[in-house]
Amino acid sequence: MASNPVLTVTDKGIYCPAGDFFIDPWRPVDRALITHGHADHARAGHARYLATRAAAPVMRHRLGDIRLEEIEYGEVRTIGDAEVSYHPAGHVPGSAQVRVEVNGEVWVVSGDYKTEADGLSEPFEPVRCHAFVTECTFGLPIFKWDPQAEVIADINAWWAANQAAGRVSVLGAYALGKAQRILANIDASQGPILTHGAVESTNDVLRGQGIALPETIRVTPETKPKDHPGALVLATPSALGTPWMRRFGAASSAFASGWMRMRGVRRRRSADRGFVMSDHADWDGLNAAIRETGAETVLVTHGYTSIFRRWLEEQGYDARIVETEYEGESLEGQGEGEEAA
Amino acid sequence: MKRFARLFTALDQTTKTNAKVAALAAYLQEAPEADRLWTVALLSGRRPKRTVTSTLLREWAAERAGLPLWLFEESYPIVGDLAETIALILPEGGGSDDRPLAEWIAVIQALPKMDEVERKATILAAWDGQGPVERFVFNKLMTGGFRMGVSQKLMTRALAQATGIDEPDLAHRLMGDWTPQTTTWEALIVAHDPSADLSRPYPFYLAYQLDAGPEELGAPEDWAAEYKWDGIRGQLVLRGGEHHVWSRGEELMTDRFPELAVTRDFVPPGTVIDGELLAWEEGADAPMSFNALQKRIGRKTVPKALLRDAPVVIRAYDLLEWNGEDIRARPFDDRRALLDAALADLPPECPIRPSPLLTFETWDALAALRAESRERQAEGVMLKRRASPYLSGRKKGDWWKWKVDPLMIDAVMIYAQQGHGRRANLFTDFTFAVRDGEALVPFTKAYSGLTDAEFRKITAWVRKNTLERYGPVRQVKPVHVFEIAFEGIQKSPRHKSGVALRFPRMSRWRLDKPAEEANTLDDLKDMLAAYG
Ligand SMILES: [Zn+2]
Ligand SMILES: [Zn+2]
Repeated sequence: MASNPVLTVTDKGIYCPAGDFFIDPWRPVDRALITHGHADHARAGHARYLATRAAAPVMRHRLGDIRLEEIEYGEVRTIGDAEVSYHPAGHVPGSAQVRVEVNGEVWVVSGDYKTEADGLSEPFEPVRCHAFVTECTFGLPIFKWDPQAEVIADINAWWAANQAAGRVSVLGAYALGKAQRILANIDASQGPILTHGAVESTNDVLRGQGIALPETIRVTPETKPKDHPGALVLATPSALGTPWMRRFGAASSAFASGWMRMRGVRRRRSADRGFVMSDHADWDGLNAAIRETGAETVLVTHGYTSIFRRWLEEQGYDARIVETEYEGESLEGQGEGEEAA
Repeated sequence: MKRFARLFTALDQTTKTNAKVAALAAYLQEAPEADRLWTVALLSGRRPKRTVTSTLLREWAAERAGLPLWLFEESYPIVGDLAETIALILPEGGGSDDRPLAEWIAVIQALPKMDEVERKATILAAWDGQGPVERFVFNKLMTGGFRMGVSQKLMTRALAQATGIDEPDLAHRLMGDWTPQTTTWEALIVAHDPSADLSRPYPFYLAYQLDAGPEELGAPEDWAAEYKWDGIRGQLVLRGGEHHVWSRGEELMTDRFPELAVTRDFVPPGTVIDGELLAWEEGADAPMSFNALQKRIGRKTVPKALLRDAPVVIRAYDLLEWNGEDIRARPFDDRRALLDAALADLPPECPIRPSPLLTFETWDALAALRAESRERQAEGVMLKRRASPYLSGRKKGDWWKWKVDPLMIDAVMIYAQQGHGRRANLFTDFTFAVRDGEALVPFTKAYSGLTDAEFRKITAWVRKNTLERYGPVRQVKPVHVFEIAFEGIQKSPRHKSGVALRFPRMSRWRLDKPAEEANTLDDLKDMLAAYG
């Protein structure tokens, strides 16, 4: 690698000296290239933002009146001495990997990504590069996801069983991404679908940009569960187990997350059911994605970085850890998808 | 085992007691009798013993998954469970092998007799043939740590629903020294006569923790009190010229405490005593520390030197059977009077000592006695309602434990490690140090006591203040002071600080205190001198 790397890490974030910009910085900067709208990647306080056209509405919704420039997938922009383009990451609608080329050397920052097409987000596209900055939230071989169709079938069956028992079904999922992914795929003909306010606001934004979602009803203080027998309620993870849920009586609760793969997590989360569903790549997905970039250098960010780095090194990569302040898929409700506290 | 795996999943998927009991009751009606009997055995603590070393299982699982062993070893603490780690890491199985539970357990029990080649082939074939849940259950059974999130009490309730037999009656039938190999469903559950078994203990009555003071319990004269001894709860069963000693976990401990054999010469058959096993030197006025007793716990046979260094007595506090009659329904005062009469003229060579009742007229007087607990090697006081029968299991109302307040020390956090399970992405395991001049001497680890919000906060801090990484452990700047609460302190040559704490946890994050004001090694030594 050349003596001047394409990207470096400063205390503000991942920085490109040739283009004088940051990618998903965690401290206020002049120019921020944003991979997607989750709170730990798209933070407030930057002077200028650049994001995909599909990610822009959610960012405006969450960050208010920001100076935001939009870019299409695949479109090449020149910023300083760097050429920049955005490529689908398959994480949530509008999410992107950022490709940066300086003097023929190509680096790609993955942002968050998953490799399985989810029927909602623009499907992940591998991008050839010399160095790949990858997340590894679930970078352990214990994390393997079942095909989405199987998980969705389980959710449909759980909903139906609750309906048969006269119970409301409350499913916790991130307000941006997971909730709409479930909406777009479940069998909406089974019954009415109610939504927590935070989920419904995101639904409104996404519908506004032309994404088709089944009909939903926002839960308000006036909502009477009796009027919606057999309902499925999509709530934010942090609303599970709070007084907000009391209105639904003896409901069955569930949580959709990659962490549900671990029994201890499922049990301590004290929801009735845990569905293993993540918008991050699993072990096989991470390894396949890295392989397909053709990169020799891999920099790992949030997740089990030291373990994953060692694994990559044994696979023959020049692998390093990049310390960032991204949170990944959090269980505690303050990670991505929730409004930052 | 698919039926059993479905039961396991059903129990695992609900937090609601009624749903658990219903699922289990249905299984206990439908499953083959041998599987039912094993299920009852598993849920009453009669798990098969570990038959393969975990080292071999890890190697074989990593090999089958095509992964380096170190990667398995790194994943294991994050999952926190060996059986689950193996089940998660193996390639998807075919799930075509549906032998019943009892047969799989027979396979597991046959493993020790095989040579290593055959053992490995058997286990790999089992993994290949099972679906993910069956594989997990199989591993759990094989590693000897199987639990289903159903207490013995709930299992007994489900069994009562399934059979129509009364719950207390079933609880008594299930006590004692049986395994699925020594009995049948018919003999144990359907046609059982408890009195036929000389060793059979009674279900233990367990006390609740008293969090506030005892004032709300009513008049002091309605209550008997004694010290709460820090030993092993045990039941001494004397019948038909035999003696048996049972632990609270229904483990037969007779051979571990040979000094209790002489009780047969002094106490008539048809007597069952509930009490606390304690290490007690002849002539001493307080028991030895739990440490001394601990040396006796792990041993099936006891060397002479240990018998001499840590002789065991039973501190008797209740009488459950007298003259062959079950007297548990009589009031505590009556049982206690009978116990005192029975033990009154025993010579010192009979290792049964009554646990003295405390004399107090007011709750304040009892509080003063409680304050002396530590000096007497006790953990606090026990309160028993004088008019109460001896119930079974943990029931609120008649027995209370009123523990002494924990000991506290302010310590500096020096190492942090990530937790596992729900807290896999948080730093939750910390090592703490006391000051010794300029140096910091580590003396304990603690990983509980903070709120989730506090764990998140300290996690963010650890990420930004790591000085050095040692594998999963991070050395952090010695800045934060935590108040560590613990139940006891003992000398320990294995620790750098020379002490070991019992049940340490973080009781408070002392954000108000700089590291220079944390406690010192001398403070810790003073505590050891006072309470060790
Ligand atoms: Zn994200
Ligand atoms: Zn992220």
